[in-house]
Amino acid sequence: MIGGISPTLLIASLMVASVPIILAAIGELVAERAGVLNLGVEGMMIMGAVCGFIAAVESGSPLVGFVGGAAGGAVLAFIFALLTQVMLANQVATGLALTLFGLGLSSMLGQRYVGIKPPATFDLPLGPLTQIPVLGPILFSHDWVVYFSLALVAATWWTLRATRAGLILRAVGESHDAAHALGYKVRRIRMLALLFGGAMAGMGGAYISLVRVPQWTDGITAGAGWIALAIVVFASWRPWRALIGAYLFGGITVLQLNLQAAGARIPVEYLSMSPYLITILVLVIISSGKGRATSAPANLGQNFHASR
Amino acid sequence: MLRLERRPSPSRFWQAATPVLAVLLTMIAGGIMFALLGKNPVDAMRTIFWDPLFNAQFASYSRPQLLVKAAPLILIAIGLSLGFRAGIWNIGAEGQYIMGALAGAAVGLAFYPADHWYIFPLMVLAGAFGGWVWAMIPAILRSRFNTNEILVSLLLVYVAENILASMSLGLLRNPEGGGFPGSRNLSQYPSAANPELIAGTGMHWGVLAAFISVIAAYVLLQRHILGFHIKLAGQAPRAARFAGVNPGALVVLCMGISGTLAGLAGLFEVAGPAGKISIDFNVGYGFTAIIVAFLGRLNPIGIMLAGLLMALTYIGGELAQFMLGLPAAAIQAFQGMLLFFLLAVDVLTNFRIRLGARMGVAP
Amino acid sequence: MTEVLRIEGVTKTYPGVVANADVSLSVQTGEIHALLGENGAGKSTLVKMIYGLVRPDAGQMIFRGAPFAPASPGAARVAGVGMVFQHFSLFEALDVAENVALGMENPPPMKTLAARIRQVSQDYGLPLDPSRRVGDLSAGERQRVEIIRCLLQDPKLLIMDEPTSVLTPQEVAILFRTLRQLASEGTAILYISHKLEEIRTLCDEATILRRGRVVATCTPREQSAREMAELMVGTTLTPPARRNRPLGHVALQVTGLSVPSPIPFGTALKDVSLKVAAGEVLGIAGVAGNGQDELLLALSGELRTAPQMVQIDGKGVGDLGPNARRALALVAAPEERLGHAAAPDMSLVENALLSGVVRKGLTKRGFIDWPATRTFAAGIVADFDVRTPGTHVAARALSGGNLQKFVVGRELSQSPGIIVINQPTWGVDAAAAAAIRQAILDRASDGAAVVVISQDLDELLEIADTFAALNEGRLTAQRPVEGLTVDEIGLMMGGAHGMEVAHHG
Repeated sequence: MIGGISPTLLIASLMVASVPIILAAIGELVAERAGVLNLGVEGMMIMGAVCGFIAAVESGSPLVGFVGGAAGGAVLAFIFALLTQVMLANQVATGLALTLFGLGLSSMLGQRYVGIKPPATFDLPLGPLTQIPVLGPILFSHDWVVYFSLALVAATWWTLRATRAGLILRAVGESHDAAHALGYKVRRIRMLALLFGGAMAGMGGAYISLVRVPQWTDGITAGAGWIALAIVVFASWRPWRALIGAYLFGGITVLQLNLQAAGARIPVEYLSMSPYLITILVLVIISSGKGRATSAPANLGQNFHASR
Repeated sequence: MLRLERRPSPSRFWQAATPVLAVLLTMIAGGIMFALLGKNPVDAMRTIFWDPLFNAQFASYSRPQLLVKAAPLILIAIGLSLGFRAGIWNIGAEGQYIMGALAGAAVGLAFYPADHWYIFPLMVLAGAFGGWVWAMIPAILRSRFNTNEILVSLLLVYVAENILASMSLGLLRNPEGGGFPGSRNLSQYPSAANPELIAGTGMHWGVLAAFISVIAAYVLLQRHILGFHIKLAGQAPRAARFAGVNPGALVVLCMGISGTLAGLAGLFEVAGPAGKISIDFNVGYGFTAIIVAFLGRLNPIGIMLAGLLMALTYIGGELAQFMLGLPAAAIQAFQGMLLFFLLAVDVLTNFRIRLGARMGVAP
Repeated sequence: MTEVLRIEGVTKTYPGVVANADVSLSVQTGEIHALLGENGAGKSTLVKMIYGLVRPDAGQMIFRGAPFAPASPGAARVAGVGMVFQHFSLFEALDVAENVALGMENPPPMKTLAARIRQVSQDYGLPLDPSRRVGDLSAGERQRVEIIRCLLQDPKLLIMDEPTSVLTPQEVAILFRTLRQLASEGTAILYISHKLEEIRTLCDEATILRRGRVVATCTPREQSAREMAELMVGTTLTPPARRNRPLGHVALQVTGLSVPSPIPFGTALKDVSLKVAAGEVLGIAGVAGNGQDELLLALSGELRTAPQMVQIDGKGVGDLGPNARRALALVAAPEERLGHAAAPDMSLVENALLSGVVRKGLTKRGFIDWPATRTFAAGIVADFDVRTPGTHVAARALSGGNLQKFVVGRELSQSPGIIVINQPTWGVDAAAAAAIRQAILDRASDGAAVVVISQDLDELLEIADTFAALNEGRLTAQRPVEGLTVDEIGLMMGGAHGMEVAHHG
């Protein structure tokens, strides 16, 4: 115990705290690798949070809740895909619109659900593994979404690195003109990547309203979507680094919450702003480093229109 | 099969027509949304867009509110539009607005209860400075370290909100307020107040500042080489460098202007309509102004009209909440929808939509 | 010989343009068939139809005896058509093997593929390391990636789009040997070019296109380059007139210029030195991507260096920006017209203001004098024969040649003392190219010092007094153009970049 905070518990809870960010960041990472900058992560997350909450409460099943959350995020991502890929709207502006719209709509949908408790998501029964000292509570006492998020990181890494689908996705993000000249369906691939990104952000949002908090309030995601966007940059578009980034952020969040609870002498407001400040700091360090220009997908944020 | 065909030059007709079309489409989609909520869509639309201005029962209250609500939106959106034109995405105006209000209010409260003519002007300067400083953080990080200004400016909103909470609970709390959060009421402290200048119009110093900013931005963009460089940097960054534009300096300039204007908007709000610093005196003008800027096509005159329209949806939304029990969030969703439709129909400005077999253009 | 491809009466129109009108041609096995024409004659559209990127409005294609209408490049590849693009088909951030895999329908596992790339590239004398990142390769090596990608799929018809524009003369010779080897193995080759001597050396048959129509077919070996040029262009062209010019003082001097590239995958400049006198035209040759863009940026002021590295009239200006250099009478015209030299969505008036503001005095205390700017723009349009409905149209609405005339005209209309110009006639039709070259020479006669960077050797030999070449960011010593042989030029450009040894063809 250090200053009233148990390191074991701290690590275990940072793993949980970082799940929404991991999911959203991996989803956005895939979309950005395909060359699309979707700044609407926050909007998709909060839509996922509210849709997941409603689905879980109405069905009584947290699993249905997560599916509903993913669907909610994907629907919003579909609007984004329609606007940017078909109507060729500016990606930055559309992403902002997505966030503003998502915040409003989620608050409207969630009105009747304020103050309700969702059905609980239980830890996976890993039996004797949970009894291992230190490692047990840290690694083997979590719900399935924690393990799902880790598997997602591994699967994304493997897909991008070793499969043809991953190669095509990266190619589209590097040069849509070249990909088009070789006959790849740039628009379709980008739309699929966006839908995946939306579903993952939605699931991340659902994890906040179903497990982390767990209840529904307006603005529940509190900037997690923006943090996820920052983590994609921090990660230089690589999945494992995104995991590290999410853990870093989760660690700071958990630590400051623990400090608040432990009655540290720092005012609460300064503790709660610390994750945002540290994210900015990390962004500055990463972006001032060398070799940055080459790690971002070359066509990131540019719209594609096949002319002639 | 629908097909997009690039126009040789952007269509002037559609440049003007797309915002109108977007508003109409949003009314239709919004009507459907309200119908799904179990409200009569025609009633809802009338309550939002007609009653605040022309219904004898509400107009006397609502009409002045139009200027009160439009002023901060226009002021902030004008600043944002310069950056957006240059491809500099300051989306943290909400934070700059809060910091401007805090800095301005702090100056005013420091003089309390003295009575001097120069207190309010000093507060205006402090408000502008507060917003400017908060915008300089992402600006300098961007120009010095190439840090993404979108993320930094946005994350700083959350920091500003925490500072606001800390201030209204601590430093700036009203010592005679019985321990409740929130500052002294500035609007009841004559030397620091931003009063209604002409009774019954809603006109206050912020409204005046908004009009001045519209005219200044118009002249800048139409007649001045700096405005030309701003447009150039947004449309063709490499051509801008060829024209001798220093990208870093442009970032600092555009972010500085938008931060200053957002800070001013915050100060005028806190010294006038809001009256005092409280945990939630900010109502999201900084974000709504993004919609205003786009709806106005980043054009100063357009932004003025868009600001008035958006102010109307705020007032009408409150009325609809009160009269029809429409949820407050519905208006926020409605505003977001407006931006969607605007971005969608904007395609008509640069492309023709053709029907028929596509000519060899693989999707 | 049997017929591999026959095209009958193919027509393709775009809004306002007839790209191909009733085009017919036939290619046999083992034949190298030239498709000859100016920029904009419709060559690219035609081959894009064969490769499944564009569908014809009318007419038909027959490939190996069966009607052929590929719905996608993938379908064309499966049928046995391979294509080597001039631009836009490689991914810089990916490695060679990944690039090759992306161009194949059913690529083998990466390890097998890498081995086959090594094998095939050795067989055809085009050595290539499958694990290298394409962004780090030279232009010639990148072309090898495209060729290998096609060869791995055993094509019956290979389309080569302007393949030599990125090669040194020595590399061209190696490419020709490879192509002849392929033809002897029975591959039909459709070879697109506007370079007549090349076609006379390499090709068996030629189809000449002008404004989308077939104007002639011929056997290139039996024709003179001049006859073919006239068929291609439609008129007789006079080479630009050179006037005798006395050389003046040294106007532009570059000394030991070393600067990293601001462009991703760009080339750093290494110890570049040059000297241009008033009235002199310095031609700088080099294969694309050897530092041409960087050199232009460093001379125009978009890329800052130590002050003494760049000197105008003996004064160090390396740390000055573009407008300060314009004030000292240096003007520049970058290669990329849309997006760098001109803003695509802005009107010609606004684009005239873009670089003309300093020397033409188009602002007063920062406020733009629009009437004067309109006069300036209208003057450029009139003096340089820019075909446009007016100065109010967007730059992107102009054809490549007309926009280039406007951009070059804008710079030359500012009574320049020093002119730096990159690829003055890239993608421009012959008549416009001749006009641009003449205008450059006229300014030199008036006493301007001129630096022309170009990948077109013929152009440089036509207008330059002295000659140097860029190779991997280094500039060779300047030599007088008179008496230079093509072999010497090729060696200055870097020879075959170490390929001679590897070639067994």
